[in-house]
Amino acid sequence: MTDAALAPPPPVSGEVAVQITGMNKWYGQFHVLRDIDLTVTKGERIVICGPSGSGKSTLIRCINRLEEHQSGQIVVDGTELTSNLKNVDKVRSEVGMVFQHFNLFPHLTVLENCTLAPIWVRKVPKREAEETAMHFLHKVRIPEQAHKYPGQLSGGQQQRVAIARSLCMRPKIMLFDEPTSALDPEMIKEVLDTMIELARDGMTMLCVTHEMGFAQAVANRVIFMDQGQIVEQNTPREFFNNPRSERSKLFLSQILGH
Amino acid sequence: MTIAAEPPRRAFRPSQLINDSRYRGLTIQVVALLLLAGLIAYLGHNLVVNLRALGKDFDFGFLGNRAGYDIGQTLISYTNNDTHARAALVGMLNTLLVAALGCVTATVIGVLAGVLRLSKNWLIGRLMTVYVELFRNVPLLLWIVLVHAVLSNATPIPAEFRGEGATASMVFGVIAFTAQGTFIPWPVWGEGAELLTVVLLLSILAALVWRSYARRRQMATGRPLPVLWVALAILVLPTVLAFLLLGRPVTFDVPTMRETGIARFNGGVNILNSLVALWFALALYTGAFIAEIVRGGILAVSRGQSEAAFALGLRPGRTMRLVILPQALRVIVPPLISQYLNLTKNTSLAVAVGYADLRATLGGVTMNQTGRELESILLLGLFYLVVSLVISGAMNVYNRRIALKER
Repeated sequence: MTDAALAPPPPVSGEVAVQITGMNKWYGQFHVLRDIDLTVTKGERIVICGPSGSGKSTLIRCINRLEEHQSGQIVVDGTELTSNLKNVDKVRSEVGMVFQHFNLFPHLTVLENCTLAPIWVRKVPKREAEETAMHFLHKVRIPEQAHKYPGQLSGGQQQRVAIARSLCMRPKIMLFDEPTSALDPEMIKEVLDTMIELARDGMTMLCVTHEMGFAQAVANRVIFMDQGQIVEQNTPREFFNNPRSERSKLFLSQILGH
Repeated sequence: MTIAAEPPRRAFRPSQLINDSRYRGLTIQVVALLLLAGLIAYLGHNLVVNLRALGKDFDFGFLGNRAGYDIGQTLISYTNNDTHARAALVGMLNTLLVAALGCVTATVIGVLAGVLRLSKNWLIGRLMTVYVELFRNVPLLLWIVLVHAVLSNATPIPAEFRGEGATASMVFGVIAFTAQGTFIPWPVWGEGAELLTVVLLLSILAALVWRSYARRRQMATGRPLPVLWVALAILVLPTVLAFLLLGRPVTFDVPTMRETGIARFNGGVNILNSLVALWFALALYTGAFIAEIVRGGILAVSRGQSEAAFALGLRPGRTMRLVILPQALRVIVPPLISQYLNLTKNTSLAVAVGYADLRATLGGVTMNQTGRELESILLLGLFYLVVSLVISGAMNVYNRRIALKER
C-alpha cells in the first residue's frame, strides 16, 4: 500500500465547484484545520465524517465563510474567498447551508422563511418568490404547512423547511452540517429521503454526517477527518469495507460496532 | 350494557377544610380575605377617629379655591388668581411633558448605546460601557442636581449678552443659553398659516403613501425604490414652497436683549434650566438601563439566527433589521415598560431643581397652603397610578402584537 491508495477517486465531471488548497485555520492557539487540500467537482456528493472535534463542521463553514481561514486558498465556483465583502456576498448567494439546529426564523411563517432571501438578496418579485417557495415546499412534501410558524412543526418538518429555504436561492452547492443529529430517530428518514432525492437531481453536496447508510446510498466520496486533517478519502464501498488508516478503522469500529 | 357505579361518596367532614387538597386552598383564601378586610376596616376607622380629633374633615372643596401662587413654567395659561385645580392641572401637564420628553430621548439613547456596546470597534464598545456603568451606578438625584448646576453655573447671566463689550453671544443669533434658562424663538401664526398647516399635513400623508407604494412595488417587481430621500423631499419641498408663496405666514418671535433697564430677554420662549436638567438627567440615567435591556435582547437571539441569515446571503444590516431585531423586541419590550414607568415616577424628583411638576404644585404649595395632606397625597398617588397603568396597558397591547406564535 502506498499513498496512491489514499488518493481520491476520479471526479465525476471536469468542472470544479470548490477548490481548497493548503488551507489552515486556528482558533487562537488551537490549530483546527491543517493543510487542507480538497477539490470538489460539479455534481459530486461528498460525505465528511470523523470523530467529534476533528474540524468537519469548521471545514464546511469555511466554504461559505461563516468561519474565516488564516492561510491557503478557497475558491468557490470561480470566486476566491478573501476579506473582499463582494466576493463573500457572491459565494453566499450561490452556496446553500442546512444547520444541525435548523435555524429557521421563528417570527416568520414557513413561506416567509423561504421568500425572505430571494426578495431581499435576489430582488425577486414577491409573487414569483412565493411560487418558487411553494415549488420547493412541494418537493420536500410539506406544502400544506406553508402558513404555519416553525414552532408549530416537528423537528423533521423544520429541517425539511430549512432545506427548501436554501433551495429557494437556487444554490449551485449545498452544505449540510449534521442535518439529522438533532432529530428523533423516526424523523431522520424523512430528512434523509429528501437529501437523497436532491442528490439524484445532481446537486453538488458536501455533507457532514454520521449516517453511514446515507453515505453508502448517495455519496461518491467519503472524506475521513481527524485532528484537523483529511486522513483518508475514498469511495464509500472502499472506505467502509477496506479502511486504510488505523484511525479510520478505529472510528468505523466505534460507530458500526453497535 | 352496564353503567359503572359511581364511587361511594363520603360525607363531608370539617377536617377536610385543612387536610384535603381540594378545599385547603379555598380555606386559606377565605381566611386571608377576612384578615385583610379586618385590617382595612381598622385603619379606616383609625383615620376617621384621628381626623375628627384634629377637627379635620375629608373634603375636596379646596380645589375650587384661589391658588394665589405663581408657577414658573406653564403649558396652559395660568395666573395666581386661578384655582388650586388649575394649578394641579398645570403641574400634571408639566409632569407629562418631562415624562414624554424623557421616555422618547431615553429610548433613542438606550437603543443606540445598546447596539453600539456590541460593536466590534474596541473604542466605541468601551465608551458605551463607560457610559452605561457611570450613569446607572450613580443615583439619579445626583445626576439631576449635577446637570442643573452645570447648566446654571457654566452659562452666562443675561447681562453678559448686552452692549459693546458683551462676553456672551447668542447661538446663530437666535438662541441664548443663560443661567436663567434657554431662550429660543417661538413661531407666531399669521395670515394663511392654516393653509401652510394643511400643506404640511398633506405632504406627511403623501410621504406615507409613497412609502407603501414603494413597498408594494418592490413586492411586485422585486426592485427596491428609494424611500428615505424621496420621502424627505415630499415632506420638505411643498411646505417650503407654500411658505414662500403665501408670503411667509409664519414668523418667528426671536428673543432679544432689552436695550435699557434690567438686563433680560424679551420675546421668544424661555425653557427653564430645571426642565432641561430634569429631562437630560432622566434620559441619560434611564437610557443606560435601556441600553442594557437592548443589548440583552439582541444577545438573547441565538447566533444560529444570524448565521442562517448570512448563509442565505443577507448583509449584516438587513440581518439585524429583518431577523435579529424583530426577535429581540420580544425580550426587550417587557422590561422596557418597567423603565418607562420608572422614568415617569422619577419625574417627581423635580423637587431637587424646583421644576413645577404635579408634586410641586398639588403636592407642594397647595398642600402646604390648604393643609389638605390626605386629599392631596391621595390625588397625587391616583395620578401616578393612572398614568403608569395607561403606559403599561398600551405597551402590553404592543407586546402581544409582536409575540411569537408557537403551537
